[in-house]
Amino acid sequence: MTARLIALLLAPLVLAACSGRTPLDAHAADAPRAAAPAAKAPATTSFTPPAESTIPAGPYGDMVRLGREIFLHTRKAAPAYVGNGLNCVNCHLDAGRLADSAPLWGAYGMYPQYRKKNHHVNSYGERLQGCFMYSMNGKAPPLDDPVIVALETYSYWMAQGAPLGTKLEGAGYPSVPRPAKAPDYARGQSVFGRDCALCHGAQGQGQKVAGTYVFPPLWGPDSFNWGAGMHELDKAAAFIKANMPLSRGGMLSDQDAWDVAMFMDAHERPQDPRYHGDLAATRKAYHDTPMSLYGTRVNGRLLGARPAQ
Amino acid sequence: MRGRGWEGVVAGLWLALAWASPANAATAQTLVNRGNERGAPPCQSCHGADGRGQAAAGFPRLAGLDAGYLRRQLDDYAKGTRSNAVMQPIAQALSPDERDGVAMYYARLPVPVKAKVTKPADGPGADARGATLATRGRWSAQVPACEQCHGPGGVGVGANFPPLAGQPAAYIEAQLKAWQQGTRRNDPLGLMQHLSRALSAQDIAAVAQWFAAQSPVGRSVRK
Repeated sequence: MTARLIALLLAPLVLAACSGRTPLDAHAADAPRAAAPAAKAPATTSFTPPAESTIPAGPYGDMVRLGREIFLHTRKAAPAYVGNGLNCVNCHLDAGRLADSAPLWGAYGMYPQYRKKNHHVNSYGERLQGCFMYSMNGKAPPLDDPVIVALETYSYWMAQGAPLGTKLEGAGYPSVPRPAKAPDYARGQSVFGRDCALCHGAQGQGQKVAGTYVFPPLWGPDSFNWGAGMHELDKAAAFIKANMPLSRGGMLSDQDAWDVAMFMDAHERPQDPRYHGDLAATRKAYHDTPMSLYGTRVNGRLLGARPAQ
Repeated sequence: MRGRGWEGVVAGLWLALAWASPANAATAQTLVNRGNERGAPPCQSCHGADGRGQAAAGFPRLAGLDAGYLRRQLDDYAKGTRSNAVMQPIAQALSPDERDGVAMYYARLPVPVKAKVTKPADGPGADARGATLATRGRWSAQVPACEQCHGPGGVGVGANFPPLAGQPAAYIEAQLKAWQQGTRRNDPLGLMQHLSRALSAQDIAAVAQWFAAQSPVGRSVRK
């Protein structure tokens, strides 16, 4: 009995250790992990989510559709919990369905999971709360709030038929090998000007139509905060390489992806909500990794010292 | 009046000054109404004095489009990176100043409200296909939703993503085919040339019809 309990407790740890990336790791500002080169990644299982046309009629299907609506139009559909200009779909493309874009079907079956970010086993609902606190720079909806229930239902529907606790092919964002040259702000700036500013604006401010963002802001007051996984260079590089620019994923070289991730993440954004007056202590507690520039000096600016608001 | 004195001044400053200059406004007005002595016909003969275009003939609306976008199209017609038998000689017959003038003339016109917007029928078939491509894309083929760049309902975003809403279906269809065939290749980052290759003729027709039925002043028709 005891042995079985220990095995059960250890299982998620083992799975997490085997995984080169954490599902939903757009938001997972974990402590650093050894990057698993793609070539050595464990064998994975492929999965195709069900077609949207198969969402059933009735109350269950209605909840699935509500979850999809919140996912696509988060700010509009869940305004009480969103504090910036982003929507879930900005980092999880195709309504959370796209492989290599941290799809929901790749995340759902990996929870409950122990997370170093908060040192305990997280339910999927708690994981979603983290998205709202950090990536959406807002507030965590209660676990029984319709927003969480709807997003859980949408994820559950999308993951139907997928094996539990198995890392699926296309889950998370594919790690980008460390480049030959250390990521560099100036090179990143030139990549940004060449391939990103067209949509995200020369100042990374995004572009709006009638007050609503069409292209999301990459830093500044309306972007994700310093607690979000996307502020870490490896995660940002992985998302960018696989998915940017829209329709041209894979276009950038590994070096360009790291450089432009560094450029993006070397700008001010809203404060980490776990900050309580001491930047160095906050870095030590939550961001003690070379993948985070928080609390470090880049181009003479101490990042996190004057957060965007 | 028009003229020489302005040349050599940086383009942005020139644009700002020309905005307020009656001389240039008159020049643009003349071009729109009568064309010029170098063979450019009046713009209004196809695009209308109000810039509404002509849906039946596939002539696009110009009213309310971004001035920088319009100017760039004229330059690209002249250069041939946007290939069009009608527009190329016209653009070549316009001086840089004249291109700026007409671009600003049409950019400043109000977006015409369509008297009647025909809503595509709901349900499966061509319209559902068009709506899906427009609002959700086809990510299995790396095709984003058109709305992700062209804005909700295709109202257009900034100087690089022109409005699709309310443009003639024939025009949208012709552009998608031009991207596909490489006769239009003035897209930033090759975005349109690349993604259009993933679309079938049926996809193109369906999505063109969907956008043609959208309100050019904002979302009033939604699937």
